[in-house]
Amino acid sequence: MTQPKTFGPETLALHAGQSPDPAFGARAAPIYFTTSYVFPDTDHAAELFNLERPGHVYTRISNPTNAMLEERIAALEGGVGAIAVASGQAALHLAITTLMGTGGHIVASHALYGGSHNLLAYTLPRFGITTTFVDPHDPDAWRAAVRPETRLFFGESLGNPGLDVLDIPAVADIAHAHRLPLLVDATLVTPCLQRPLALGADLVLHSATKFLGGHGVAVGGLLVDGGRFDWEASGLFPTLTEPYDGFHGMDFAEESPIAAFLLRARREGLRDFGACLSPMNAFQILQGMETLPLRMRAHVANARKVAEHLAAHPLVAHVAWPGLASHRDHALAARLLPDGAGSVLSFELKGGRAAGRAFIEGLRVFSHLANVGDAKSLVIHPASTTHFRMSAQDLAAAGIGEGTVRLSVGLESVDDLIEDLNRGLYAAGRVVQG
Amino acid sequence: MELSVNDTPAYLYTGGRPFDRQLPVVVLIHGAGHDHSVWNYQARRLAHHGFAVLAPDLPGHGRSQGSPLPTIEALADWVEALLDAAGVVHAALAGHSMGSLVALQTAAQAPARITKLILIGSVAPMPVAPPLLEAAAHARDAAHGMINQWSYTPASQLGASPVPGISLTGLNQRLMERQRAGVLANDLAACNAYLGGLDAAARIAVPCAMLCGERDQMTPRKAVKPLQEALAKVPGGARMIVIKGAGHAMMAEAPDAVGDAMRGFLTSA
Repeated sequence: MTQPKTFGPETLALHAGQSPDPAFGARAAPIYFTTSYVFPDTDHAAELFNLERPGHVYTRISNPTNAMLEERIAALEGGVGAIAVASGQAALHLAITTLMGTGGHIVASHALYGGSHNLLAYTLPRFGITTTFVDPHDPDAWRAAVRPETRLFFGESLGNPGLDVLDIPAVADIAHAHRLPLLVDATLVTPCLQRPLALGADLVLHSATKFLGGHGVAVGGLLVDGGRFDWEASGLFPTLTEPYDGFHGMDFAEESPIAAFLLRARREGLRDFGACLSPMNAFQILQGMETLPLRMRAHVANARKVAEHLAAHPLVAHVAWPGLASHRDHALAARLLPDGAGSVLSFELKGGRAAGRAFIEGLRVFSHLANVGDAKSLVIHPASTTHFRMSAQDLAAAGIGEGTVRLSVGLESVDDLIEDLNRGLYAAGRVVQG
Repeated sequence: MELSVNDTPAYLYTGGRPFDRQLPVVVLIHGAGHDHSVWNYQARRLAHHGFAVLAPDLPGHGRSQGSPLPTIEALADWVEALLDAAGVVHAALAGHSMGSLVALQTAAQAPARITKLILIGSVAPMPVAPPLLEAAAHARDAAHGMINQWSYTPASQLGASPVPGISLTGLNQRLMERQRAGVLANDLAACNAYLGGLDAAARIAVPCAMLCGERDQMTPRKAVKPLQEALAKVPGGARMIVIKGAGHAMMAEAPDAVGDAMRGFLTSA
């Protein structure tokens, strides 16, 4: 019996979404650096605006280079399509505003990237959208937080920076029992380590700035639709199931029962809020994605050695990396992240804030900056940088201590990384010893 | 819009324009395991250019109630009942794959009502590979994988989609998954069992176009010939239109070319 052929992630990372350029045969992805596209005639123009033909009208809404990136991430994630936006934060904003307006409510894991926490806890309430934060490990907490006006569940595959593993199948089941979709931020795992849609999530977002690009030169975001959530059957999403005066009176779920979310997100959110991605950034992220599977394997291998080294060091109180048996979510990681728990980890230095400062200043190979997912190794002290807006109580709830150091383990020779960490630990030790 | 057909609610997509039966009516009939949304671009194109479009979800598919109908003949009866329910006397019919057999049979059994016929990705008979029939009945995921592999060209499976940001095979996979259990198996069995296609074709005496994907593996060009030859009473013969570079899923792979061909044929004298 003929078995259907499916392409592996290495092939998709190189090819998905891109055919050789039909104009000149260019093998590399062309950068379509244009704001707009010439219409052959007025009829053709009208047909594009009426969605009688697919195609590009204006780069804020779609662009051929961006489309390659969108189709590549959709193929890697096993989704029906994607939208490229200006940043990971723009992807989160686009997902939320496509699904709800004022009065809407979100149930979110409390273990979130500081920027996402900020958007949900402080900024969106100003626009009438509120969030209840819950312990991602507590199924009853997710259930108890649901209200009649809830429209979305949200969590991170690996909660940054505590590295909590989200039990996607369990949380998705709870969401679906309430006719709600689950959005997962999979930035720290990438589709090479986990495909949240296959585990039950409905929407996936990435800060493409991180591992997808890998080079640290381009900010971008991606929002992927799994196409399984039945908006019509849910009955909770009038933005997708009732005519929209702002776009031809279109009922998006009638137009496309499967891709209604993407249709509305592009035709309203991207058009009106305007957080589009530059085609140059899309090109740069595409270049990074070509080597994503190779890089993620190397990231994970280095992270394991670094985590094991730190865990055995007398100056380290605790290492948080789900690949270690000591992590509370180790068994969950073995089930949901069998190819590795990423390469972001955090650890608690004995000696608190002063030791942390000495450690970071003693490093030469790790770069001290506010990012993760670069090919180069990175280090930061969350309490004074990425999470500085959070109260001490919120910090503690997210599993962050004053001496917590976060590492993004890169692709350097691992012996050099361990030597560098030893240098920092020696400096920290001198502080501890007084 | 929704209509009651044979006392059962049926959903009809009208291409983004209110249905106006005073305009020339064209009925778009989807294929196995699908719904109206496979016609999005072509339906909108025709509806915005002077046609009244009815793209139904066949019984038991998409938003239409009832059970899927087990034979092509029963589906053709249903299309006639749909025309009655919509108050339509005359209509052009277009069908894709299984839908093309339904269109062919309807045109043969109701010659006074059907003005033009468009058969897309069509052969008659339409035998379905036993492994696919078996998978559709007992292993839907495997069946969906086979259909995706055989319906889309290698370029469509891996390369750029004509619809920005959309994975054609991903979309088709989910559309098939969205249908109720048993629908795909019912539809493929109906295709496989329909042996009256060449006889029906011999009775067609209205203009007919056949759209064939240049790289169609499911209904390849060579296999279309017997049906084309059987359409002997069609004035001037059935017009074969090859959709360049496309596979069986040509409405998705080449929406402009298919839309151009359909509109051109329906507006020609």
